[in-house]
Amino acid sequence: MSDSTHAAHTDGEHNPYVAHHFDNMGQQAGAAKLGMWLFLATELLMFSGLFLAYFICRMWYPDMVLGAHEYLSKTAGGINTCVLLFSSWTMAMAVRSAQVGKPGSKEDAAKIKKYLLLTLLCAGVFLVVKYFEYSAKFEHGMLPGKFYTAHLHGYEIEGLPHIFFGIYFIMTGLHGVHVLVGMGIMIWIYLRASRGEFSHQNYAGVENTGLYWHLVDLVWIFLFPLLYLVK
Amino acid sequence: MSEQPASYDLENPSEPNFYKAQKGLKSWLFTVDHKRLGVMYLASVILFFFVAGFLAIALRTELLTPAQDFVSASTYNQLFTLHGAIMTFLFIIPATPGALGNFLLPLMLGAKDVAFPRLNLLSFWIYSAAAVMLLCTLVLGGLDTGWTFYTPYSTSTGTAAGLAALGVFVAGFSSILTGLNFVVTVHRMRAPGQTWDRMPLFVWAIYATAVIQILATPVLAITVLLVFIERFLGIGIFDPAMGGDPVLFQHFFWFYSHPAVYIMILPGFGIISEILTVHSRKHVFGYKAIALSSVAIAIISFLVWGHHLFVSGQSELVGVIFSFLTFAVAVPTAIKVFSWVATLYGGSIVYNTPMWYGLMFLWTFTIGGVTGLYLSTISVDVHLHDTYFVVAHFHYVMMGGLVIAFIGGVFHWWPKITGRFYHEASGKLGALLVFIGFNVTFGTQFFLGHQGMPRRYFAYLPEYTTMHQISTVGSYILASGLLIAGFSLAMAFRKSAPKAGSNPWGAVSLEWKTSSPPIEHNFHDTPHVTGSPYDFPEIDKSGRTH
Repeated sequence: MSDSTHAAHTDGEHNPYVAHHFDNMGQQAGAAKLGMWLFLATELLMFSGLFLAYFICRMWYPDMVLGAHEYLSKTAGGINTCVLLFSSWTMAMAVRSAQVGKPGSKEDAAKIKKYLLLTLLCAGVFLVVKYFEYSAKFEHGMLPGKFYTAHLHGYEIEGLPHIFFGIYFIMTGLHGVHVLVGMGIMIWIYLRASRGEFSHQNYAGVENTGLYWHLVDLVWIFLFPLLYLVK
Repeated sequence: MSEQPASYDLENPSEPNFYKAQKGLKSWLFTVDHKRLGVMYLASVILFFFVAGFLAIALRTELLTPAQDFVSASTYNQLFTLHGAIMTFLFIIPATPGALGNFLLPLMLGAKDVAFPRLNLLSFWIYSAAAVMLLCTLVLGGLDTGWTFYTPYSTSTGTAAGLAALGVFVAGFSSILTGLNFVVTVHRMRAPGQTWDRMPLFVWAIYATAVIQILATPVLAITVLLVFIERFLGIGIFDPAMGGDPVLFQHFFWFYSHPAVYIMILPGFGIISEILTVHSRKHVFGYKAIALSSVAIAIISFLVWGHHLFVSGQSELVGVIFSFLTFAVAVPTAIKVFSWVATLYGGSIVYNTPMWYGLMFLWTFTIGGVTGLYLSTISVDVHLHDTYFVVAHFHYVMMGGLVIAFIGGVFHWWPKITGRFYHEASGKLGALLVFIGFNVTFGTQFFLGHQGMPRRYFAYLPEYTTMHQISTVGSYILASGLLIAGFSLAMAFRKSAPKAGSNPWGAVSLEWKTSSPPIEHNFHDTPHVTGSPYDFPEIDKSGRTH
């Protein structure tokens, strides 16, 4: 990892952001980042269960998945993919701004805040698009399991499409919850940036938010082709 | 071995110990001190151990006669479900990492605290929330699915299985956060000179456990979440009537729950390594073998879940592969047992209460491990599956393994935690009764299972009566032994109990290099480690190059 190259090793001089039980910022930032990577591993494993369920469903009912996926909006999914990819870039810029920021500099803090706002905006756009997608599915009865009523709305999908929509809603729903949590974290980091907490002396918080956000992005990058682009 | 400036008086420290450093209820509920969190975990897990143990005694009492006597069939179902669920999710899984691990890990590494103290507190709160949720099922309709939540029953039962599933989901997060905290602590918080091959074996065991907690628990989380969703949305992934598959649930569940068995037992291995070494005054035999076999068990544990599905209709080829991999677990486990026995050989064994538990462990755990081989043999398993043989096997591993090790560990570190000695004579009496009671209770169940007594039945055929009665009497002896052990520990709270001093056992690892109970920030001066934690001063090093 690059913490040793970027972190100002302030051994000897006092860094107010080092907690009492750490010796120096290098140790603290290293611990924070290792913890975040481990957390991301647990997130991946949690989603992996759902991916497994998806693959089993697809293996058992390939024709049904093919038929049902046609009703997902490729346009909406495509827009959201672009939005999230762009937000990953703005997030990366926010991290970079923190890494090179000078302590106490209002200008540098404003830069971090600008990129965080852009990322938040993208997350919002993503959820709005998702909202319209979900409402369309609700309207046409394309719902999970026992709530599935699309056949009453005149849609003839072969096989057991309620399973596909069950998996679709759980996977995108859990992903959506992660987007929401990510927005909450970004607001918190934004407030801390407003207080001028982040600079090259202390940027682990921004960096970990970035890592989390990239994972949210990454999960979507897999969800999009698997659910929307089956054919 | 380690050096510390001699100037600081460990027996009469100038700083107050961590109990006295801060005062008031708030200083406990919002503490980020790993030692206080360890003590709170210890109190909680002991409480749940007694709750779940009480349920077990109720079960055994019902089984005194073949007919139904005290409780109805559905109450019986709820009793064994809650016994299993509370023991597993609120006692065994958090017991050693949460209580002893929290208290000891930073001390053993020479750190001031775990890497993320606030996360540690959060983890305890989440655990408490999960405990409240699981206990609420008692009044909100009960739980009768067995602790395994098998579908389709768990998705259709009228009891509070949804809330229980959510409780397990929440408990999982506590476990994940503790594991994550410990892995980072071991990687980043070691004192100067504390290299990987100088860490106490307890740390190695906790580390391997933490890795499994991180990698396996998320899968449990998504599994019980799916059960929860299935109950309320009927998505049908596990429901054959809707095109799903209940065996998929079993795969998901055991992918976590078999590694979870090692989350439960691995820390016990760590405790035993410490107890047997310190109280036989000998350098541990095969340090690297014991340390790395923990890691090997952690890895293999992920590849054996299919042995729970031998009779669930998985393919024969898969069954054979899982059977083979399950046998493979026996290799690193046997390496440990042989190393422990070799450690004892020629040592100056001190027969105190922790050592009694250590020796008991070697007996009971070995029986538990060896009977596991019967069950991993497919042809034998078809006969023994879902009988009392399985019940006996996992109680020999879980209770005979982890619980015995845990009690031994509590006795071993009790002087460090409380600053005073437990009562030795009653401690030994308790240990003796636990040993006799345990073997009478569960030893007979091997025979019951072999004769065909199925598990989870509240009534049975008259030919099993004698064995069941012996087992029930054994459970009473076991319970009295545990109560006496509790009494022995409680004796340390007397004003007149003898003070332990900083290092009553003459041990070398770092947790004994601070006062008892430790000061708030563990060490007055950062310790520097210069050698193995098992180089006891009286060991004659002339013939060795260690």
